Amino acid sequence: MTGAAKPVGLHALVLAILLALHFVLPDYHHGVLARVLTLATFALGYNLMFGYTGLLSLGHALFFAAGLYGLGMPMQHLGWSAEVALPFGIAFAALLATGVGALALRTQGVAFMIVTLMFAQAGFLTLLYFNEFTRGDEGFVIAQEARSLFGISLADADARYIAALILFAVAMIATLILVRSPAGRVLVAIRENEERARMLGYDVARYKLLAIVASGAMCGAAGAAYGLLFGYVGATFASVQYSILPLLWVLLGGAGTVLGPLIGTAFMTYLIDLGSGLTDAYMLLAGAALVLLTLFAPAGLLGEVRKRWAGWLP
Amino acid sequence: MTVAASGPLLETEGLTRRFGGLTAVDHVDFQLFPGEIRALIGPNGAGKTTFVGLLSGRIPPSEGRVRFGGEDVTRLPAHARMARGMAYTFQITSVFANLSLFDNVALAVQRRLARGEGLEAETMAALDRVGLAGRARQTAGDLSYGHQRLLEIAMGLAQRPRLLILDEPTQGLSDGEIEGFKALVRDVAAEATVLLIEHNMDVVMSLATRITVLDMGARLAEGDPAAIHADAAVQRAYLGG
Ligand SMILES: Nc1ncnc2c1ncn2[C@@H]1O[C@H](COP(=O)(O)OP(=O)(O)O)[C@@H](O)[C@H]1O
Ligand SMILES: [Mg+2]
Repeated sequence: MTGAAKPVGLHALVLAILLALHFVLPDYHHGVLARVLTLATFALGYNLMFGYTGLLSLGHALFFAAGLYGLGMPMQHLGWSAEVALPFGIAFAALLATGVGALALRTQGVAFMIVTLMFAQAGFLTLLYFNEFTRGDEGFVIAQEARSLFGISLADADARYIAALILFAVAMIATLILVRSPAGRVLVAIRENEERARMLGYDVARYKLLAIVASGAMCGAAGAAYGLLFGYVGATFASVQYSILPLLWVLLGGAGTVLGPLIGTAFMTYLIDLGSGLTDAYMLLAGAALVLLTLFAPAGLLGEVRKRWAGWLP
Repeated sequence: MTVAASGPLLETEGLTRRFGGLTAVDHVDFQLFPGEIRALIGPNGAGKTTFVGLLSGRIPPSEGRVRFGGEDVTRLPAHARMARGMAYTFQITSVFANLSLFDNVALAVQRRLARGEGLEAETMAALDRVGLAGRARQTAGDLSYGHQRLLEIAMGLAQRPRLLILDEPTQGLSDGEIEGFKALVRDVAAEATVLLIEHNMDVVMSLATRITVLDMGARLAEGDPAAIHADAAVQRAYLGG
């Protein structure tokens, strides 16, 4: 067994650096990084299913949006406090993931991708259809006064960064614990050779459902936190773009690595950010970077590092 | 022991599997008793792999029943049969090619360990039994074919099965490796019942306590090695007469 010391040390160091950045980053990057940390949590959730279990979903916007709206709708319409709405959003996403999983997992491969895509589209269209309550594409803003947890206003930039960091840290540590656990090893076994895992006596269907529920809950937590931290709830987050993005982030950073999702999300966010300063065709720049990476680092940034130098990386 | 000393560990009744118009396994009644090393032989395409696929639950039957340890397991999925004490090694080598040998075997061990205690020791012990302990850190996909077959067997042993099903385990092994394999199976037979599909008649004759011959999906003959060796029908099936 690889010792636990190296991975635990590395991940603790990354969290320490992220905390240190809070004190030194200029305002602009401080704000960008808070957003990156929130979206990286979304990517971490996606990675559980795609990177570790080998299930390629094209519908994860559904779970992010479930958390976002699960928090936003009751806050907006029922006057719920954030303390109640946040766990509700996460639970709602987990419940939805259970339902989607139970149905979508009857299919495999391309059919699975299509079915998850269709579920997400159905969710997106539902949001547009109930435009009267959801405000559809236009979305709605959660009032600043309501955006506080235990008396701390998350509209404040400092509190927001720390909250995003805590969210990310919890998701990252949960991922680390899961993938190093016996259940996590079974997920990897399913990714590597599903038939073999089944013939070793593992209930593959149950483990896949576990992966999709854990993944949905984590993505839902990211969505709910996004609403709370940035105060905006809109149907764009349920669109197909937000199903593709976590896939790209994870592919860029390294599927099946714990830190890959953060690296991929940060890389792509800054690429688009810098690119849009240079040219209007900034998506072209992002596309070119993706093509180059696929050609020269197919395992993603951290995936290549693991392959070449650091086989112990979880 | 949950099975009465006299009862069969595994039993099939009228077990049948059709693929379209082809009947690959044709109403087979079969009994296997605890402690046996049973060889299952027959020409290519006789239905041997399909038959053990029906036993293990990889392939659903068209008709018939399977009982294991006195329990009707016909409707149980494969993973539940493995959890009840079957282990299965594939005819076409199927290991976790991107994982280390250690991780391959650890996956076979960990399912029956409640708290993961002893995982490392048991994993290494299983690798040691097939002579691969020194390669525990290597990636399974980098092994030679023969070593991959041995790794498969280690994964089977690591499950501590009541019934170990081996589908042509000596295919692709060198003569030296085959001798080692024979010793290993004799050793395993003290703890588990072994059902062995095998083409190498030397291996069959020296290992099997009893032999079942399958031909065109049906049970053609069954008996101890001497009786099968002398059986005229078996000779015909093999010689195509
Ligand atoms: N999945 C399948 N679909 C169609 N035919 C099959 C399938 N599996 C096996 N068969 C056929 O069933 C017969 C028995 O095959 P098999 O059980 O592999 O024989 P053996 O292991 O004795 O060589 C063969 O004629 C084979 O072509
Ligand atoms: Mg065969």
